Amino acid sequence: MMLDFDVIWASLPLFFSGLKVTLELLLIALGVGLLLAVPLALMRVSKNPLINFPAWLYTYVIRGTPMLVQLFLIYYGLGQFEAVRESWAWPWLSQASFCAWLAFAINTSAYTAEILAGSLKATPGGEIEAAKAIGMPRLMMYRRIVLPSALRRALPQYSNEVIMMLHTTSLASLVTLVDITGAARTVNSQYYMPFEAFITAAVFYLCLTFCLVRLFKHLEGRYLAYLAPRKA
Amino acid sequence: MYKLEVHDLHKRYGSHEVLKGVTLTAKAGDVTSIIGSSGSGKSTFLRCINLLEQPYEGRIVLNGEELKLVKNKHGELKAADAKQLARIRSRLAMVFQHFNLWSHMTALENIIEAPVHVLGVSKKEALEKAEYYLNKVGVAHRKDAYPAHMSGGEQQRVAIARALAVEPEVMLFDEPTSALDPELVGEVLKVMRDLAEEGRTMVVVTHEMGFAREVSNQLIFLHQGRVEEQGCPREVLANPSSQRLQQFLTGSLK
Repeated sequence: MMLDFDVIWASLPLFFSGLKVTLELLLIALGVGLLLAVPLALMRVSKNPLINFPAWLYTYVIRGTPMLVQLFLIYYGLGQFEAVRESWAWPWLSQASFCAWLAFAINTSAYTAEILAGSLKATPGGEIEAAKAIGMPRLMMYRRIVLPSALRRALPQYSNEVIMMLHTTSLASLVTLVDITGAARTVNSQYYMPFEAFITAAVFYLCLTFCLVRLFKHLEGRYLAYLAPRKA
Repeated sequence: MYKLEVHDLHKRYGSHEVLKGVTLTAKAGDVTSIIGSSGSGKSTFLRCINLLEQPYEGRIVLNGEELKLVKNKHGELKAADAKQLARIRSRLAMVFQHFNLWSHMTALENIIEAPVHVLGVSKKEALEKAEYYLNKVGVAHRKDAYPAHMSGGEQQRVAIARALAVEPEVMLFDEPTSALDPELVGEVLKVMRDLAEEGRTMVVVTHEMGFAREVSNQLIFLHQGRVEEQGCPREVLANPSSQRLQQFLTGSLK
């Protein structure tokens, strides 16, 4: 068995444009997801049930349903309602790319919120007491002590979420986006060479994962040095 | 004029009363040692002074300014004015049994944190002061180390420098040497003795009878939530009048 490199070579431009779509999706979803996740995580660690419950319900529902179902609900489902089709949001919601960004951002926000909430809960009580005892107001304590510490400790788990998210973006090809997987499907349907098409996609994902792992190793080395064994 | 006054402090957990009316007054430069067996309420008392624990009744006055307290729905006292509480807390620095340094910050960052962000001192000035206090407690060489990379004695001395950096009016020490290996206790006690000699007002919950006798000028023996005996440490420790204190001292004789 030999790979047909001519086909791969000829379809590389398509894969690179797919790479751009994948990266856009990933970065927008992660950026918006993280912004949503911080307040959600703070709500999740609140002792007040009126604050905690909505965030709990949100993460429970999102993490309790498959990503693909959420994507189909937003892309195909919403258009079924006339009120949605006539609303101001329709110009956006009728675009596949916007629907994919939205679905992925919502999905990752729920997972990231739970990761952060776990990390917030694990903040040593003594460090919080020290902040109170030295006269820090509540907001400052969160901004200066609790969040910086929790975000750092969440890094290893968050890197996992980011890699999972990268792989999840391949679902976008099912709502007509031509991302890396979409490019592979196009190549496959043109040449009917599934192995060439999907092995190329796999190599692209592998390289991206490699870069992400390196990036997070670097971030951990920098921001989690305080947890590492003492050097010298 | 007293620096610190705590009047008739009561604390209960549910129906269990752990402090049954404890009063403490300290003038500028007083070093007060609070001793007692575990469960006597000494740490709880100290933690009520800066409201890390909610007292049930009592008054707290720092430098003539009374901390405004109101009852919460469980009947415990909480600060009526969060800003006043924060201000009073920043003038009452606390040193903890388990150091409680912020683990993601280096020694230097731990020390400048409150001066810069709570008191609004410029970063440059705070850094100079931090170096000065680190030198004073003898850990200047560890300024860029993270807490987890330091020994217990070093961590506690950094924690003392952190407390000093806000230039507090009164320093509260909650069993500062109890979590340390025996050979590290001395270095921390020496720093505390130097502070006492500088004329700082200190309230120290401790098991170190030597420190209580040699360094402090006021001793309070707590037993079951009450002040069982108090006075000049040398006299009280040499001639305890209550049976409880006699028993306690026999038990802790070294």
